[in-house]
Amino acid sequence: MATVHIPTPMREATNGAARVEIEGATVREVVERLEASYPGLGGRLVEDGQLRPGLSAFVDGANVGRRLRTRLQPESELFFVEALGGG
Amino acid sequence: MTAGNGAYRVVGTRPVRHDGVDKVTGRARYGVDAHMPGMVWGKVLRSPHARARIRGIDTSRAEASSQVLAVVTGDDFPDPGAGEAEANESGMQSLRYMAERVIARGRVTYEGQVIAAVAAASVHEAEEALSLIDVDYEVLPPVLDVREAMRDDAPVILDDLYTETGGVFDDNPSNIAKHFIFEEGDVEAGYAAADLVMERSYSTAMVHQGYIEPHNALAHWNQDGHLIVESSSQGHFGIRDELATMLEHPKSKIRVLPAEIGGGFGGKTTVYLEPLAAVLSRKIGRPVKMTMNRTEVLIGTGPAPGAFMTVKMGVTNEGKITAVNVDLAFEAGGYPGSAVSAGCLCCIGPFDIENFRVDGYDVIVNKPKSHAYRAPGAPQAEFAVDALIDEICQELDMDPLDFRRLNASKEGDLRVDGTRFHPIGNIETIDAAEATDHWQSELGESTGTKRRGRGVASGYWLNGGGKSSAVARLNGDGTVTLLEGSMDIGGTRTSIAMQLAEFLGIPIEDVDPIVPDTDSIAFTGVTGGSRVTFATGWAAIEAAEDLKDQMVEGLADYWDVPADSVTFEAGVFSQNGTSLSFQEAAAALQEDGLEVVGKATASPDGSGNTFAIHIADVEVDTETGKVEVLRYTALQDAGTAIYPPYVEGQMEGGVSQGVGWALNEEYVYSPEGRMLNASFLDYRMPTSLDLPMIETVIVEVPNPGHPYGVRGVGEVPIVPPLAAMANAISNAIGVRIRDLPASPREVQAAVAASS
Repeated sequence: MATVHIPTPMREATNGAARVEIEGATVREVVERLEASYPGLGGRLVEDGQLRPGLSAFVDGANVGRRLRTRLQPESELFFVEALGGG
Repeated sequence: MTAGNGAYRVVGTRPVRHDGVDKVTGRARYGVDAHMPGMVWGKVLRSPHARARIRGIDTSRAEASSQVLAVVTGDDFPDPGAGEAEANESGMQSLRYMAERVIARGRVTYEGQVIAAVAAASVHEAEEALSLIDVDYEVLPPVLDVREAMRDDAPVILDDLYTETGGVFDDNPSNIAKHFIFEEGDVEAGYAAADLVMERSYSTAMVHQGYIEPHNALAHWNQDGHLIVESSSQGHFGIRDELATMLEHPKSKIRVLPAEIGGGFGGKTTVYLEPLAAVLSRKIGRPVKMTMNRTEVLIGTGPAPGAFMTVKMGVTNEGKITAVNVDLAFEAGGYPGSAVSAGCLCCIGPFDIENFRVDGYDVIVNKPKSHAYRAPGAPQAEFAVDALIDEICQELDMDPLDFRRLNASKEGDLRVDGTRFHPIGNIETIDAAEATDHWQSELGESTGTKRRGRGVASGYWLNGGGKSSAVARLNGDGTVTLLEGSMDIGGTRTSIAMQLAEFLGIPIEDVDPIVPDTDSIAFTGVTGGSRVTFATGWAAIEAAEDLKDQMVEGLADYWDVPADSVTFEAGVFSQNGTSLSFQEAAAALQEDGLEVVGKATASPDGSGNTFAIHIADVEVDTETGKVEVLRYTALQDAGTAIYPPYVEGQMEGGVSQGVGWALNEEYVYSPEGRMLNASFLDYRMPTSLDLPMIETVIVEVPNPGHPYGVRGVGEVPIVPPLAAMANAISNAIGVRIRDLPASPREVQAAVAASS
């Protein structure tokens, strides 16, 4: 199962949990299962079928941007990180 | 590809830079040198008010003037709609706000905002015609301070802006555009485990990048629908893309020509004049050129945000940090999008802290829309953290370098965004600082009103990757013409060419690097985020590999042997005891009629974070408040320094700008929101007379995420000077300086208050 790190402002949806274990072969599948387990969370991550503008996904330390089709390994670590605004 | 072992022939040497002769002889072509047949001039009417509703704009008198060729207002631009778009170094931006920042629509949120633009045969006629445009303003009281703007009863500057926190929007409009939160561990438990808990507040002023060359643009909207733009920027692809978005014109019909740039430091990563010149040109069918004067640059472009920050930290008696809270409130200016998110991610980067919470607020005030400035967000945020650490070290009677080493972040430690550090050179940089002659030398005696002090501070910057493109064309004489997509700000032509030369085993003098227009090479990201030597260098290495592979194929045919029997090493091609040098191989392939062009678009991810330590000695005249910098040493991890003089130059430049930020620079406003020091006479930047010879020490801990170990170097050196200077002054006068700039007035006031 992938370990998903939940952005701090969204942890109210996971009852405060900073990390959750979710099965999924791609980032998209993980997001869909997050929504099923924690209603409302998926909508804060994905908008119109894409990762919400301003968010980037990191899979095992690599920035995969907004590519929801990125494949995950069974032990992958998945982060959703606010993209940098330069000013 | 794997990181190199340091045994290089070209990397790490100090050749003559490719653009050097043109620049020192005045032949380099900057944006302001651009000229086209039939060209006319455009000028901009700017708002004199910081906050107003625009009830009407009457251009009839201007349009009736025989001198005026065209007038444009916001009505001449497409309705931006409600969407968002990627905006170069600024992340995602509201299209409406991006559009209003280029030319106002119905409201003004800062003095200097563009209201209209005029084209005429000469710049003087265009300037004169501005007085013929009548604007009916309903002037409103401005909100100029970040704390004032955050109050519940503050006037709301943008009535369509709602605070966003993690994808959820508040119900009521607010001046707080966005609230960032990053939290790990148990902060309260961390404080409970501490022997000392200290909390302080800090502020920094809005400051400008201070590049010497003002913004410029030449646009020609051809009758066939092609738009050609020449301007000096930090990324001509970004300029093209923003133009396409704002003008609703296909990217394929916009060609942006890169000009040399006279400084940018993040401030030239977006459009200002380009869309105005384009629409004026479309109206009159002639090329339109526009340039800003210095006052326009200061009031009408994107300075770095001012900030108000509070830091609370718990430590044990041994100096181990147990918990920290950092609150950052940044002045975004008249529209959202300050660098506070980067400030959040960087503020505690040099330190391994298990329990932390970082809150960042992006706040609208009636000042220019802020933009990127060298390590955007980090100098302010790390100043607050490092100044508090200095006070804690004083309280614990602990050496500041020992404190930093004890708490230093290292590979595997948690970053603020929850990810973990790859191999980094933080501890190595601290060790190098301790070994410097500067740190080992005595400060010297204070005498009378001249008090001496020493300060030290850390710096951390993320560094960027992203997409870059390069094309390497083999010439018959064995030289290589290198096309690369990155605008050259800090000498990157040479640092990229050196990586190609290293790979091909040829002299750097045999590589001719060129930055072509947007139609002549594939997309390349902005020159910002300290990404170019890393990412475009990577693309050049891949292009070199492609070129080499094609040469191997061609030589296999030339020798009539299988390709896998041809080897390549150190610039020599061999097969079965026969060898050709790179030059001989190029000549042979030309004889065979083969054109060899290697190309690559790379999007490398492992940019590698970077760290710095700065040491400052100052002498403060307690009578006048003047601060003299006696000695300054900057150290940073460059991964591998491709071209050491450029690395040293970046370090010296970052120190110079950071010292200005610490000591003198600030936007000074009247209560009505008008900038009172909008010229370089009154906006005080340091000159060579204000600075000592800056000592630099390059630490090299190769980045495993790059074939030659490169880490970006351009931004981190502006991070430590704010705290290094404030800590040095505090050490000298025995009073803490928590609000920058530490101008003579502020220092005098601090001394007076303490006595």
